[in-house]
Amino acid sequence: MASRIWASKAASYLKISTFNRGFASVVKDLKYAESHEWVKVSGNSATIGITDHAQDHLGDVVYVELPEIGTAVTQGSGFGAVESVKATSDINSPVSGKVVEVNEELTSSPGLVNGSPYENGWIIKVEISDTNEVSSLMDSEQYSKFCEEEDNH
Amino acid sequence: MRGGLWQLGQTITRRLGQSDKKTIARRCYASEADLKKTVLYDFHVANGGKMVPFAGWSMPIQYKDSIMESTINCRENGSLFDVSHMCGLSLKGKDCVAFLEKLVVADVAGLAPGTGSLTVFTNEKGGAIDDSVITKVTDDHIYLVVNAGCRDKDLAHIEEHMKAFKAKGGDVGWHIYDERSLLALQGPLAGPTLQHLTKEDLSKMYFGEFSIIDINGAKCFLTRTGYTGEDGFEISVPSENAVDLAKAIIEKSEGKIRLTGLGARDSLRLEAGLCLYGNDMEQHITPVEAGLTWAIGKRRRAEGGFLGAEVILKQIADGPAIRRVGLFSTGPPARSHSEIQNENGENIGEVTSGGFSPCLKKNIGMGYVKSGLHKAGTKLKIVIRGKTYEGSVTKMPFVPTKYYKPT
Repeated sequence: MASRIWASKAASYLKISTFNRGFASVVKDLKYAESHEWVKVSGNSATIGITDHAQDHLGDVVYVELPEIGTAVTQGSGFGAVESVKATSDINSPVSGKVVEVNEELTSSPGLVNGSPYENGWIIKVEISDTNEVSSLMDSEQYSKFCEEEDNH
Repeated sequence: MRGGLWQLGQTITRRLGQSDKKTIARRCYASEADLKKTVLYDFHVANGGKMVPFAGWSMPIQYKDSIMESTINCRENGSLFDVSHMCGLSLKGKDCVAFLEKLVVADVAGLAPGTGSLTVFTNEKGGAIDDSVITKVTDDHIYLVVNAGCRDKDLAHIEEHMKAFKAKGGDVGWHIYDERSLLALQGPLAGPTLQHLTKEDLSKMYFGEFSIIDINGAKCFLTRTGYTGEDGFEISVPSENAVDLAKAIIEKSEGKIRLTGLGARDSLRLEAGLCLYGNDMEQHITPVEAGLTWAIGKRRRAEGGFLGAEVILKQIADGPAIRRVGLFSTGPPARSHSEIQNENGENIGEVTSGGFSPCLKKNIGMGYVKSGLHKAGTKLKIVIRGKTYEGSVTKMPFVPTKYYKPT
């Protein structure tokens, strides 16, 4: 797992193309939404980003539209957008709550979403209003299976 | 090509946001089974092509390289595209030039044999039915390629007029090259690489020229043209020889020419300021509005004689009400249908194509604005998801074109 993240990071620094299709990495302790966002929950604080699978399908991310701090977000609803060379994709929030922090680094380095989707490429931090919502999300194993099925449809 | 490549880009993305996965998956499966495949389909898949539906065909949107990498590699080395979904045809007969001149704005009679041009098929209102590269092979043979997405309507349109023309005694017939495939070879290595595969001297063949020659052992129709702004060729090859030719090109370039999908093809044509039919040109847009007045031959401007000539000639005389322009913008890339406003926030038009330029590393786009606001340097605003961003009108092409022309 970690080695794969490292590999994709290294590749992105070296400008080598990694073709992760079919074996995109997942991180064990995160929760996942069907719309391909991950969330890391600690108490009532949540860090949110898009998955390796999502960034791989999108290709080079060139712009990330971030919400303002203080914006209310709802589980399953959009709070921003990721732009790749060719396409725009909404980013949905896996949990409801209030935006308390945004990753300003993405403004100048949107490619962090490709190079480090689970770490430096995080997008927002949210103060969760209902921690019960987390139980409706997938764990890493379920999400891996979900991606596999989606690719092989 | 064309016919909504942008929507095509989205088909990948939309899947990221689907909630009702099973229904969607079934639906996709059913429609994918109906898609037509070019003879290179297995070759694409074997080379990592991500196949997507495009104009009724299953086509590679990209291979292992990202769209960014592919776009840059085309300009530094070269790209090979399968564009066999496009429809090549010949019009033959001693009156074929007179016939075609009724349907397009080009001075076909004035073309020297073995040369061609970009042209536009117009309707009675002067709007564009399609754009097409036409070549006068000889005085009684025209070769042309029309867009995949326009194939059915174009052929119906040509056929209807051909019937009427023949009924009046005109001599014209056609042949549609369904037994051939079409490859586009583009970029600085296109010429040197192709030269390894033919005895003809390609250094004597310039932009817009056409020749029927032997390439890699097969009789090919070779046109020095393309859709990237680079030097290059479109090669119509008998379908049974297409895979071998594609392999030979990649091999002779020592792998520097890369297989390139429709995603990068769209970035490349946008950087070159070229229209995508269905986005930047449609039934209700005239060639004058689209900035293609240069493609309307001098004699045609004087004589008319093509569909919608009254509307088009009046627009040339009076100036069109709207014009296609190039755009730079800040913020997220402006996609098609984004609203364009003047500095006071009043609507002045709409973006028709837009994205991030891999070569310039900034947002580029094209769209239509009211005449008067079309001059390079004009400041404007672009509305994206409810927010306005600064932009300006700029000259096209965004990236200088490198067509091979006599010095």
